Amino acid sequence: MSQAANKAVLAAAEAENREFLVFSLGEEEYAIDILKVQEIRGYENVTRIANAPDFIKGVTNLRGVIVPIVDLRIKFHLENVEYGGQTVVIVVNVADRVVGIVVDGVSDVMTLTPEQIKPAPEFGVTLSSDFLSGLGSLDDRMLVLVDIDKLLTSEEMALVDSTSNS
Amino acid sequence: MDIADFFDTFFEEAEELLADMEQHLLELDVDDPDSEQLNAIFRAAHSIKGGAGTFGFSVLQKTTHIFENLLDHARKGELTLRADLVDTFLEAKDIMHEQLDAYRNEEEPNQEAYERICQVLQQIALEEIGQTLEAPATPAPMVTQASKSEPSKSESPEEGETHLLVVLLNVNDKDRTLLVEELEQLGDIQSHSGDDKRYEVVLKGGVSADDIEAVMCFIIEPEQISISTVAADDRAPVPASDVPVPASSPAVEEVVSTADAPSAAPEQSEKSPPKANDKPAKAAPKKAASESSSIRVSVDKVDQIINLVGELIITQSMLDQTVSDLDDQSVGNSSLQNGMSLLQRNARDLQEAVMSIRMIPMEFVFSRFPRVVRDTAGKLNKEIELITEGKSTELDKSLVERITDPLTHLVRNSLDHGIEMPDEREALGKPRVGKLVLSARHQGGNILIEVRDDGAGMDRERLLDKARENGLNVSDAMSDEDVFQLIFAPGFSTAKEVTDVSGRGVGMDVVKRNIQGMGGRVEIQSKKGEGTNTRIVLPLTLAILDGMSIKVGGETFILPLSTVLESLQPAKGDMYAMAGDDVVIKVRDEYLPVIAIHEVLDVENAITDPTKSIAVIVQGEGRRYAMLVDELIGQQQVVVKNLEDNYRKVPGVSAATILGDGSVALILDITGLHRLSRAKKEAGKVTNHPHLAYYKEAEPS
Repeated sequence: MSQAANKAVLAAAEAENREFLVFSLGEEEYAIDILKVQEIRGYENVTRIANAPDFIKGVTNLRGVIVPIVDLRIKFHLENVEYGGQTVVIVVNVADRVVGIVVDGVSDVMTLTPEQIKPAPEFGVTLSSDFLSGLGSLDDRMLVLVDIDKLLTSEEMALVDSTSNS
Repeated sequence: MDIADFFDTFFEEAEELLADMEQHLLELDVDDPDSEQLNAIFRAAHSIKGGAGTFGFSVLQKTTHIFENLLDHARKGELTLRADLVDTFLEAKDIMHEQLDAYRNEEEPNQEAYERICQVLQQIALEEIGQTLEAPATPAPMVTQASKSEPSKSESPEEGETHLLVVLLNVNDKDRTLLVEELEQLGDIQSHSGDDKRYEVVLKGGVSADDIEAVMCFIIEPEQISISTVAADDRAPVPASDVPVPASSPAVEEVVSTADAPSAAPEQSEKSPPKANDKPAKAAPKKAASESSSIRVSVDKVDQIINLVGELIITQSMLDQTVSDLDDQSVGNSSLQNGMSLLQRNARDLQEAVMSIRMIPMEFVFSRFPRVVRDTAGKLNKEIELITEGKSTELDKSLVERITDPLTHLVRNSLDHGIEMPDEREALGKPRVGKLVLSARHQGGNILIEVRDDGAGMDRERLLDKARENGLNVSDAMSDEDVFQLIFAPGFSTAKEVTDVSGRGVGMDVVKRNIQGMGGRVEIQSKKGEGTNTRIVLPLTLAILDGMSIKVGGETFILPLSTVLESLQPAKGDMYAMAGDDVVIKVRDEYLPVIAIHEVLDVENAITDPTKSIAVIVQGEGRRYAMLVDELIGQQQVVVKNLEDNYRKVPGVSAATILGDGSVALILDITGLHRLSRAKKEAGKVTNHPHLAYYKEAEPS
């Protein structure tokens, strides 16, 4: 009861400010809704899956749960895809699934007000604007806000069995 | 706490009662009905009625009420049972089930079905025993009204004048408060007092003892409650020394009605408590033992335990590996190793015990089929003998639930299309009675469920004709297996005419989809004139697996040990290249297709020279293959982890597991690999054949 009330008050006060986890892919900065993030861990011990698209690095053991690992750098056709000590896996929870995404680094957590979130223009062949929830502007930085739910459940990610599977 | 909290309990109990009822109805011998069974059926109806009344499910309550009355006549011998009456009873049971489901989904039950079944039951009463049953009360879902409207057998003669003394024995505080609240719903509480051991509530109102029990039984055991009548002016509690009438009225009625004249049984047991006293006292403990032998636990909780135990096993193997790597084998270490082996044994035992929780015998699925077969055979005027094999084969609960529908469909199909009419069978020299066999057994790492009939079998030509008619792309060169698979195409039906039972062409594709959804396969074997065998092969989704770990390149895979027959070092002279890129190996006068795992799964840095690798002979679905691997590591038990939970189905891989070092290894699916290898070759993905140089060309012989 009181929790719900608190939430309502908070929501009203903050006018739907949202928190995002900011990560980098090459030179660009991306951000996802922090509520989707389960944890952040290093990239290690990934078992390759044969005949899967190249951006699916394989599966790993996350405390007994088998989790697929997707390299967004490969998916977004970035150059210099390297795996080192800095390579980070963001474990996200989408559509009742746990998926790890490989990024170049995680920088910080940002709070964005609705005014700071601009609609994403129509662009992109590699990253359709369908998968974006907008662009965040923060001083002179631009954050690409990724709708991680839509992106990871999309058919082109090949993470989810398509229902029309004969 | 709200009464709604008890809804779920009621639904579950009622469902079980209905299942019991059905089972008894099916077993009932109409010519010489067993009074025990009739009583059991009556009791089930009675309990449901009580609960339904309490929770205000008036339609269900009224249906059950009429049904119960009819059953009452039946068990008293006033109603002579006939097969068609049993059919009607079964139908009534089904309708009650539907009503229950409707209430569960917070919908109003189908009014039409309710009215119809009430009418049918009334009709039976009128025709068979020449009297009308008490008409259902006018719609009044109010709890008290509903219970008042019953012609309660146990109700005290002067309603309102008498009070009921409800004694609760050994009921803790929390439950007691709930119970008292419940009682308040039923009538006016005059007084209540007592402690945990014995708590007395005096209740005023036209509630019958049966109704009270029916409510209470959802919270406490029948032995914990006793109900007796006290006169309005004499409200002194019954002395504690007095043995209370055990409220488990089922026990009372059971004993009394079998011993005494059946007609007056229920009244007697309630009205003259002292007389019935010692008999139920004997019956009650027996009942308690069987009731408390199981508990209800949510599947989520069980799954959580299974996961945790899986983790424990993995941690244990990790430790095991570390300990065995220790160089120093001094005294201190040997006690460590002893401890480790003890831990290993305990962990395994624990795992086995936990796994068995989720496993339930196939009997749960098969038990519904006598009914299905009876109904269907009746509709089709066919004579069918149902044989079930492997009822005790255990299967994961989630699979059991999901296999029921597809299996029902297959059985109906067999009855309708497979088995011929009795006359037709006789003309063909077959016994009049068709045989339908349902069997389940473990086969390797799979569970094989078969639906076999000795009917007409499938007509290859007719299937092909029909397929062409439907515009499907078929050719005469197709293998029988492929032709039979056509029946799984959407909208495909070869039935000459659409019947009530099947033949509309919907369904078989759904069956196949469902089974594939469980990661299984359907295969059909059929011989024209001799019958059809539909085989459902289900993989294990949840199990530990005895595996053989193998190494290819730098990667480790697991082969289910049950599929592995032997391994050998292939000699150059034993391998033959066939037309195209197929390679076979000759093992003891048998030519087996060779699958090089490194090719199928694109493993780098693997041994490509087959004579330097190891051929593992494996068997999958009755066929044998030779798998080329680099190295055999050893046998180990692995915990099967589903890949589909977070990812998707991977061709050639049935599941994954976690190795001792915490890394993930894929469990290979033999037939899947074979299919994948064929698909790859067809797609021309395997273009270079450096390995072909190693094989002799097949010589024309």
